[in-house]
Amino acid sequence: MNWFDKLIPSRIRTEVVSKRAVPEGVWAKCDGCNAILYRAELERSLEVCPKCAHHHRLSARRRLDSFLDPEPREEIAPDIESVDPLKFKDLKKYRDRLAAAQKATGEKEALVVMRGALKGQPLVAAAFEFAFMGGSMGSVVGERFVRGVDAALEQGAPLVCFAASGGARMQESLFSLMQMAKTSAALGRLREARLPFISVMTDPTMGGVSASLAMLGDVNVAEPNALIGFAGPRVIEQTVREKLPEGFQRSEFLLDHGALDQIVDRRAMRDALADLLAILMHRPRPIWPVIEASAPASEPEPEARTEPASEPAPEPSTEAAAPPDGDGGAVPGQRA
Amino acid sequence: MDPHFLDFEQPIAELEAKLDELRRVGDDNALNIGDEIERLRKKCMTLTESIFSSLTPWQISQLSRHPRRPYLLDYVERLFEDFQELHGDRAFADDRAIVGGVARLDGRSVMVIGHQKGRDTKEKIQRNFGMPRPEGYRKALRLMEMAERFRLPILTFIDTPGAYPGVGAEERGQSEAIARNLQVMAALRTPIVCTVVGEGGSGGALAIGVGDRVLMLQYGTYSVISPEGCASILWKSADKAQLAAEAMAITSEKLLEQELIDAIVPEPLGGAHRNLDTMAATLKAALLEHLDDLAAIDMDDLRARRYRRLMGCGRFKE
Repeated sequence: MNWFDKLIPSRIRTEVVSKRAVPEGVWAKCDGCNAILYRAELERSLEVCPKCAHHHRLSARRRLDSFLDPEPREEIAPDIESVDPLKFKDLKKYRDRLAAAQKATGEKEALVVMRGALKGQPLVAAAFEFAFMGGSMGSVVGERFVRGVDAALEQGAPLVCFAASGGARMQESLFSLMQMAKTSAALGRLREARLPFISVMTDPTMGGVSASLAMLGDVNVAEPNALIGFAGPRVIEQTVREKLPEGFQRSEFLLDHGALDQIVDRRAMRDALADLLAILMHRPRPIWPVIEASAPASEPEPEARTEPASEPAPEPSTEAAAPPDGDGGAVPGQRA
Repeated sequence: MDPHFLDFEQPIAELEAKLDELRRVGDDNALNIGDEIERLRKKCMTLTESIFSSLTPWQISQLSRHPRRPYLLDYVERLFEDFQELHGDRAFADDRAIVGGVARLDGRSVMVIGHQKGRDTKEKIQRNFGMPRPEGYRKALRLMEMAERFRLPILTFIDTPGAYPGVGAEERGQSEAIARNLQVMAALRTPIVCTVVGEGGSGGALAIGVGDRVLMLQYGTYSVISPEGCASILWKSADKAQLAAEAMAITSEKLLEQELIDAIVPEPLGGAHRNLDTMAATLKAALLEHLDDLAAIDMDDLRARRYRRLMGCGRFKE
């Protein structure tokens, strides 16, 4: 506080707000176009700027909340926690970093996994929490991801993962590195079972997460303008000692170079993936929310009619009982 | 200072130089200085033993990338017969940072794949300092799938600072290439023995490092990031690499303790570079032992065990 501020009586003094931390109030500033936006409106559009479509980061829980049907939902392995196997300490203790991250995010770890449904189609969805130590992958993230894969296998359901991570977690050293192999191996099982894995890469998806689970989607999707790559741009710049091309390692760059199938706007993600999964799973196009009157006209879905409360909820069991078993041409019975 | 010796090796280097001098004198001189030579030789050995009995993780990290450290091709000529190198990823290029090929180990057919660093400046550049690009990993993948087809056990040799961080590597999908290898290796229907012979640098190492057995030479290192890289991120200064090397537990001893590797292959006194033939013989014996073990396991069982092994990597509480 300078001398001038001190002169001002406290009741007319305005609190100095740091430039970046506007979001507390009613207004928010877009990181993309600097437009001042109505906070509630930005939230409604899932943190995508209505003016320039810049995608701000979204927490794991809000991500899953906006992606999945309201019901059913069941979090997978919410209670497993890191144990600091190396008693790691740099400038701070790993334990303290974990505690601080837990406090700041309200999450126990950097990955949230849920059993749920997408427009009535059962699936397992996972989302990285970037605010939790940069979404870094350590033992717990790896284990939760694998339990998600196991749940998908058990249910005969697809898996969707929203990545947002700086890479492996250095504080767990080789244990972290091994999570790359662990998650990739588990996805191999899903592949053998012919269950789809959709990988959605959001800003940023780097290092060990990019070089394992995130790039192994049957379909690789990214949000617009997300930073995606193996090595960080600064490391590359230092290595090659030249300026990197405009748009390097951004979603559009990756699409051009054949690493992605699609770039999808967050606001259209739910629709796009619901349709995509329905095609891959040989199901009719999902109708959502289920409207009682329209249901019999388009699709014979008796279960949906008995439950008008916007929940078609095809019991997981009907799908689970018939995972496409070895025969790629098998068409599950939903299509009449 | 001899640049071919690390700072903590200097006292040994000096003694050895003296020893050499004496030997030369002894050759063209009638004087009997055999006793003196013997005394110096013993002293040299004791000194080496004492230096090497208390190496710090940082010193081991330096040893793992010692300029005279044996590289893959040094082992290939000593371990195998009839090695035939196979080149190229069939799509883009032949990455010389990864060498692969078929060979015989004690008569049995095997597939050999490993990182290769260069010895002189020209070769270093040609080998890109042992840092593969996506085409290197894709060549490795092609050869591994071929090995599965022809039921050749796969032996991989890990020695890299990491996958190359370059513009072209990113454009051609470095991440995807590494990820694909991890997934495929986890399920290959052939035995895989991986050995960290030098520097096990992160994803670039792991991309040929998923197997039924993971061995490490005594003074090899294996870590998620280089000590320098870790220090510059977490300590905000690359000078703190010694602390990072300590904290990350990158040595064979620590990794065996944590059950992340299966066995340590002991190195001759003073490190692998001091006696390459002994090193190669020890390594060959270790590889044969593990291959014999694996050959006795039914293939479905082998794959299931490899999967379980991977799933068991990680520490957490519920």
